Parts: sequence; C-alpha cells; structure tokens
Amino acid sequence: MAILQSFPLQHFLIIAAMLFCLGIYVILTRKNAVAILMGVELILNATNINLVALSRYVANDISGQVFAVFVIILAAAEAAVALAIIINIYQNFKTVDVDKTDELKG
Amino acid sequence: MTNYLWLIPLLPALGAIINLMIGRFLGKRTVSLLACGGILGSFVLSAVTFFQLIKLPADARVIHNVVYQWLNIGKLNAEVAFLVDPLSIIMLLVVTGVSFLIHVYSVGYMADDKRYARYFGFLNLFVFAMILLVAADNLLLMFIGWEGVGLCSYLLIGFWFEKKANATAGKKAFIVNRIGDFGFMLGIFLLFWSLDSVSFQGLQAALAAHPLSTGLATAICLLLFVGAAGKSAQIPLYVWLPDAMAGPTPVSALIHAATMVTAGVYMIARMNFLYVLSPTAMLVVAIVGVATAFYAGTIALVQNDIKKVLAYSTISQLGYMFLGVGVGAFAAGIFHLMTHAFFKALLFLGSGSVIHGTGGEQDMRKMGGVRKFMPITFWTFLIATVAIAGIPPFAGFFSKDEILWKTFSSGHRVLWAVGLAGAVLTAFYMSRLVFMTFFGENRAHHVDHHPPDQEPSGHDVCCDDDSTRDKSHHAHIHESPKTMTIPLMVLAVLSIVGGLVGIPHALKGANHIEEFMAPVFANSGIIHVEKHVSTGGHDAAVLPVGEHHGDTTLELLLMVLSVGLVLISIYGAYYCYIKKKDIPGRIAQKFSGLHKLLLNKYYIDEIYQQVLIKSLLALNNILAYKIDLGVIDKIVNGLGTSTIKVAKASGWMDKNVVDGAVNGTGQTVLAFGQVVRQPQSGRLKDYLTWVVAGIIMLVGLIWFFVLK
Repeated sequence: MAILQSFPLQHFLIIAAMLFCLGIYVILTRKNAVAILMGVELILNATNINLVALSRYVANDISGQVFAVFVIILAAAEAAVALAIIINIYQNFKTVDVDKTDELKG
Repeated sequence: MTNYLWLIPLLPALGAIINLMIGRFLGKRTVSLLACGGILGSFVLSAVTFFQLIKLPADARVIHNVVYQWLNIGKLNAEVAFLVDPLSIIMLLVVTGVSFLIHVYSVGYMADDKRYARYFGFLNLFVFAMILLVAADNLLLMFIGWEGVGLCSYLLIGFWFEKKANATAGKKAFIVNRIGDFGFMLGIFLLFWSLDSVSFQGLQAALAAHPLSTGLATAICLLLFVGAAGKSAQIPLYVWLPDAMAGPTPVSALIHAATMVTAGVYMIARMNFLYVLSPTAMLVVAIVGVATAFYAGTIALVQNDIKKVLAYSTISQLGYMFLGVGVGAFAAGIFHLMTHAFFKALLFLGSGSVIHGTGGEQDMRKMGGVRKFMPITFWTFLIATVAIAGIPPFAGFFSKDEILWKTFSSGHRVLWAVGLAGAVLTAFYMSRLVFMTFFGENRAHHVDHHPPDQEPSGHDVCCDDDSTRDKSHHAHIHESPKTMTIPLMVLAVLSIVGGLVGIPHALKGANHIEEFMAPVFANSGIIHVEKHVSTGGHDAAVLPVGEHHGDTTLELLLMVLSVGLVLISIYGAYYCYIKKKDIPGRIAQKFSGLHKLLLNKYYIDEIYQQVLIKSLLALNNILAYKIDLGVIDKIVNGLGTSTIKVAKASGWMDKNVVDGAVNGTGQTVLAFGQVVRQPQSGRLKDYLTWVVAGIIMLVGLIWFFVLK
C-alpha cells in the first residue's frame, strides 16, 4: 500500500484514459459482437479505476469504491443481457458480425 | 254488446288468409268448410246484430264500434270503425247470406277445379272487402273495401287466366273501375276539403253546422257518382260488366250481380244526406239510371250467350236502383237492391247449373228442352224470371213498382215512362231466355239417345268453363249435385217471399223495409221526413197509408198497367219463341240494321276503342316519340355529353397540374430522404463512430470555450 501511495494521482488517470481509448478503439474496429462487448468492459473498468483513484486522492473516503462495486455488479448484469442479445442475433442472422446486421439501415 | 261487430269482417278474412296461404296443402273438404264456415259465422253474427238493432227504439238504431285508431293527421281522423244502422244491416244480411249460398253452390260447381283453394280464398277475400265496404263508418275505410272488391273482381274474372280473353276481361274491368275510382277519390277529397271530415256521422254533423253551397254539393255528388257508375256499371262505364262474365259463374252471381255491383247504389244511399242538397246531381243519377235500364234492356233482347243476357239484365236492373235513389226513393232503391240480389243470384246460379249440366254450353241457340233434364234448375229459374219480370207477388214486383211509383209521384213522368218501357223489355228478354233454354227441342247435337261417338265437337266454342267442360264433355245433360241445387231452392224461396217485407201501403201492406230504413234517410227526407213528422212518434206501421192517400188509386192503376204490359210482353215472347219461331228471324231481317246494332251492343266497345283508346294511343305516341325522345331525351343526352366534356378537361387538369404538384412534393421529399438516409447505415459501429465524434467535438468545444 505504501508503494502505491508513492504514485501520484495523474498516473492512475492516464492509465484509465488509455484503457478508455483502447475500449473505444476495440468497439470501433472489431466486427465480432463479443469482442465489442469486451471493449465495453474495458471502458467500464477505466471508469472504475478513475472512481477508486479519485476517491482515494481527492475525496479521501470510500464512496468511490462503493460506486466501483456497483459498476462491477451492473457490468456483470449488462454482460449477461448483452450476451443474451448476441445469442439472439446469432440465432436470427447465423453470425455475430455486427456489420452484417444492418436491418435498421435507413 | 257491440264488441263482436269486428268479427263479421274478420271471419272471412281469416278464411281468405288460411285458404290463400296454406289452402293448397289442405283437402278440398277442409278448404270448403273453412270458406263456408267463415261466411256462415258472419251471417249469423249479422243476424244477431239485426235482432239487437230491432230491439232498440226506431230512432236509436245505430251500433257504432271503433276497433282501431287508424289515421289521425291534422283534421283528418279516420278510424277503423264499423257503423251498423238499418241501411248497412240490410246490406250485411244480403251480402253474407247470398255469399254463403253461393259459397255452398261453388263447392259443387268448382269441385274439379285445380285451383280450388285459391278460388275460395279469393271469394272469402271478396266477402271481407264487401263487408268492410258496407259496414265502414267513414269514406276512407269504405274506399278500402271498395278497392278490395274491385281487386277480387279482377282476380276472379281472370281466374281461368290460361285463356287470354279471360285475363283481358279482368284487366278491362279493373281499368274501367279505376276511372270510376278516380272520380270517387276526387269526391272524397273535395268532401274532406269542404267539410273536414270523412266519417258519415261527422259529415252529417258538419253539414248541420255549416250548410254546403249547392254548386259544391253538386260537384261532390257528381264525382261520387262517377265512382258509383264505374262500380255499378252505369253508362258510360258499364262496358266491363258483360266481359266480366268470363269468370266462373258463381263469381258472376256473387260479385257481378248480387253484391259488388250494388256498391254504387249503397254508397249513394249512404250519402243521401249530401245528395238531397243537390237536385241537379239527383236528376243526373236518375237520368243515367233510367237510360242505362232501358239501353241495357235493348241489348239484352238479342244476345245469344245466356250469361251475356243476364249481364245486361244486371246493368239494366242496376239502372232501376239508380233511378230509385235518383228520385229520392232511397229505401226503394235499397229494397230493389235486396230483391235483385236474390233473384239475380238465382238466375246466375241457375244459368251456371245449366252450363254445368250441358257440359259448358253457353249459347242459348244450342240449348232448348233443358227443362226435362234439370227440373229443379228449371223451376227455380222460372221463379227468378217471374220475380225479375215483376209479376206479383214475387219479390221483383214490389221493389220495381215501388221505384216506378216513386218516380211517377215525384213528378218525373218521362223517366217513369222510360222505366216502364225498360220493365217491359226485361219481361221480354227474360222470357225469351227461359223459352230458348228450357222449352222446345234440344238444339245441341248431343242429346242422350245419341251414341257418344257421333257428337260433333263444335258445341263448346264459346264456353269459358274449361274445367267442368273437360270432365263432362261426353256427359248427358244432367241435374246438378245437391250442393248446387239447395242454394238454388233457398234463393227461390227468398225470391218469392223477399218482396213481402215491402208491400206498399196502396196494397194494404206495411212496407216494413221502408219504415225500418226511414231513420237513416230521415234528414234526407223528400218523402220520409213528412211521414216521420206525421206519425208523431207512434208506431208508423200501424197507420194504414202514408201521405199519398189521395194517390192510392193512381198507384194501383199504374201497378195494373205495368203488370198488364209485362204479361203482354211475356206472351209476346212466348208467341215469338215457341209458337211462331220464324218471327224473330224475320224481324231481325226486316230491321237488320237495328238488329246488328243491338247484337253488337251499339258498337260501344268499338267506339271506345276507336275514339278513346286510339286517341290516347296517339297522345301517347306524341308524348313518347316527340316529347320524350325528341325533347327530354335530347336534353338529357346533351347534358350527358357536356358533362363528359367537362369531365375530360377536369381530368387533364388533374393529371397534369394536381398530380404534378403531388408527385413533385413526393419526389422532393424522396430526394431529401436519399441524402438524409446516408448516415443511417444500420451498422452499429457507424453510429458509435458518430457518438465518439460527437464526444470529441463536445470535449473540444468545452475546451475551447470554457477552459480557455
């Protein structure tokens, strides 16, 4: 713990921003719906890092960590729902490639 | 006590409904029982009503029964209501009684007909309508009955519609009657317009309150008389009645002799309170009546078809009734109506029996000697002939002489003379009919000792009675069955005694029928009012002689005169048709022009054809081809063509202008849509890209505006 405290807040924020950008990148580039789901998880976890870090360095209490726990739980629920949607997509289109599921095209 | 009056018309109506709707599936026995039973019920009820009426004091002999509030529009208030007073009860008794006898007779006469149930249904319907006519308490309800009997007459004249002539005769009767009905309707309208009422009692009350001007009364009376002339076959609307003989003979007896054709006389007697207001109309009625009586009598002299002779005789006798009501002797007219119903029904039924017995023969030249084969028919027919000829004490004498005397005593000497001449004619043609039919040798070629295979078939040329003819074509002349002869005998008894209710005072009689009906004609009173006053509330029948005390000798003299002339006339017929059979032929040759004129019924049918129908057809052609095709159709077609042109122009506008605008709008929207839909690729990542781009822009904006 002592080692961790020697890092300044900026390091955590930078890692979180990188994770966020990676997540965006994954979402924008991958065709596989499961991979996109992973990208979403990366973004969520970037947020979690931010919440925990800011809670420790700025607010100096545990409210941010409580938020992070809620986000993790919600992420699990979201993953379950998303996977169910993906299974449905697969059953209807015989693929999980999101480029081919463009029925809502205008 | 008046609650069952409505049953009198209802019973025949029920019979008609049942027989017309399901009669085909019932046996002939059931059909005839239903038909005859309904009429018998009506007759019994009428008789009961009659006795109730007699029990009442003379001035209060009116039974009024409102069944149903029918029309109540503004001032018009017509009820389905029945009015039974001495006048209508006599009509009711005659109608239901004679109808019942003729129904019974028909059971025998129509036994082999294939439309048996329909026949009885129509006959019942007729009786229903006739009862409605005579028992109605207002003109509208009476008019329904009036039209109803006309309809039944049409249906029954054309009952054997397989022959075109029969169907045509039915149509002729209907159309000629329509002309009369038109006048009748106009009369009713005018009456309602001037007096605001259609019920007889209401009209009488209204007349008492505001007297009608003579001109208006004359117009109404003449219009009503047009209706009466149509229904009762008077000049000039009589032409349908001879042709109406195409129907079955019992129908001729019931509708075209005994009941329906007397409706006109009844109507005028019913409207007596109005007719006395217009001496002109009364005179017209009397003149038309006596002219018809004489005119039809002359035609009857030379006719050879037995039913045609009787038809013209009916027209002639109806003329007497109109003469009676025309000179104000309403009771005498109705009295003659009653006795005529008896003996004329008997004559027709007797002739039907002859036709039936001779296998459908109607030409008297081919009859003769029928007396030996049909004794009952012969004797009853003879009684009826004596009755119509006016020999005392048979029924016709009293009624006809009553009319002639009233004509004479009211000062119409010329009318009286013509009427007397008509009576002489009546005696002559009726005796001729009897002599030709029943006496002498049989002139048909199929008397009973000939073997059937030698029979010529030409004897059935003019018969209308297909159903009976086919069956008895080869039969001998035979007496008719009991269902037919019993009504004949009953009617014969009525023809003998029917006149006894009206023995005039001159013969020390009481003239019950006139006394009985006096209250109805009380306020019409040329004769009756005085008598009513003079009796001063005592029983009028007790007084020996009415106001004509001084004229009794004259009346007796005139009676002797007419009876004498009638007897001479009968002897003349006997001399011509039994003793010196060549005389009629020689007379016919000598006056061949006159003979042909009479034989062809004064060519009236031809004149009507040429003058009326041709001119109507010409008018019709002008209207159809010149006006309708030439003018109206052209206007219509022109309108059509111009509408098409306008429509074409409008269509061009629609296609080019309106559609262009609509399509242009659509295409504009479509083009815009093409542009706008491009970003909507449906691909998730494209949308996310937009989101990210948006976020970056947002962050950039915040950076630029807030942080700097």
